[in-house]
Amino acid sequence: MDLVDSLLSGNRRALARLITQIENDLPVARNVLATLYMRAGRAHLVGVTGAPGTGKSTLVNELARAFRQSGRTVAIIAIDPTSPFTGGAILGDRIRMRDLSGDSGVFIRSMATRGSLGGLARATADVATALDAAGFDVVLIETVGAGQSEVDIAQLAHTVLVVEAPGLGDDVQAIKAGILEIADVLVVNKADQPNADITVRALRGMLALSQPESGARPTPICETVATEGKGIAELAAAIDDHRSHLNASGGMIERTRARIRRQIETMLREQLYARFISRNGGHAELDAAVEAVMDRRVDPYSAVEEMIK
Amino acid sequence: MTTLPIRVLVAKPGLDGHDRGAKVIARALRDAGMEVIYTGLRQTPEMIAEAALQEDVDVIGLSILSGAHNALAPRIMELLKTGGLSDVKVFMGGIIPDEDIPMLRSLGIAGVFGPGTSTETIVRAIREAVKE
Ligand SMILES: Nc1nc2c(ncn2[C@@H]2O[C@H](COP(=O)(O)OP(=O)(O)O)[C@@H](O)[C@H]2O)c(=O)[nH]1
Ligand SMILES: [Mg+2]
Repeated sequence: MDLVDSLLSGNRRALARLITQIENDLPVARNVLATLYMRAGRAHLVGVTGAPGTGKSTLVNELARAFRQSGRTVAIIAIDPTSPFTGGAILGDRIRMRDLSGDSGVFIRSMATRGSLGGLARATADVATALDAAGFDVVLIETVGAGQSEVDIAQLAHTVLVVEAPGLGDDVQAIKAGILEIADVLVVNKADQPNADITVRALRGMLALSQPESGARPTPICETVATEGKGIAELAAAIDDHRSHLNASGGMIERTRARIRRQIETMLREQLYARFISRNGGHAELDAAVEAVMDRRVDPYSAVEEMIK
Repeated sequence: MTTLPIRVLVAKPGLDGHDRGAKVIARALRDAGMEVIYTGLRQTPEMIAEAALQEDVDVIGLSILSGAHNALAPRIMELLKTGGLSDVKVFMGGIIPDEDIPMLRSLGIAGVFGPGTSTETIVRAIREAVKE
């Protein structure tokens, strides 16, 4: 298989092409991934999520530099939202990642969220697999923190950073309990801004409430000034610590198992649906069911029951 | 969504500090359903070629106001060629004298848009070029 060989030998063009095929959900991508999957599993996947403007891209740039200094190669998946009205997107995260250009140990790919949430989670997982198989030691995944899609994508990662910043309005109040729970490391960026200490204290208070078990590992809070590179070494160390902790505690195995289960379940769901739709008359049957339910000749529960018989 | 979105790298090479025009174009392309990778100011030809490769774009849009197009365009086209990216369509916009256009076209630049070109014209030209 040509593409696999050139990708494994470090051909960046082949990697970029494969990522496009994954995003476009082409069957050829699945064949390549099937081979690549057996080579993947070494990379440390790190999710970086948080509200727009908190400084995620700037942090990712700095973290990538820190990991490069420790001799590791870094891939970045930077995800920005697709406009639901036009299907287009402006992917602007590279603006903050200028420092990384010209370094062959770094690969940056911008992705739009496109259509479905499930589709994005699948594509992100597969792109991470491709980058992992291509030999990158760390894969940083930046997502805009705004709900379930981020939680889904964050769950792909071994280590999840949730980024907060002071002065974004009612930010601390707006931190959803769910978002706090997915954080392995909390980052208060823009620590140069007034009220950063208030944000830190508020987060500490919320953590105390949500982590009552005494034996649990406390979620570290790192203060950073991404624009000045301050606190980055400590943050990189906290990320490495988390990985060591996962390895030592058996948490890594647990997370990997959960991730693989989710992946298989999603693929099963998607492919059973695809198989139903692509079989002879699948579309017509779906249309007929919609009409029948519209007319209240049948209820949706019985209609689906009938369709999957 | 049945058709796949066109991916466009919008870059601003050269040393001048205005990217208002590039941003207007980026927004217009997004509104036309394209995925626009926006890289910001002061991109070197090397940075542009590298980003185009990693992002696997169909199109590069260069905004050049500094008058440096005669130096920048050949370098960018050469890097694209050596990087195996000859199939990427390159468009230029900005302040470019008419007499320079034949040279730019001879380098393989797919189109040159002067100031005041409507965004509809640009969108149409990109769609046509990608269809080929
Ligand atoms: N004062 C200050 N500004 C920052 C810091 N980190 C990022 N910024 C600025 O915040 C803005 C948004 O940053 P960006 O990384 O694009 O945020 P993202 O939307 O979360 O990816 C930019 O103008 C950055 O320069 C910081 O630590 N301190
Ligand atoms: Mg960003």
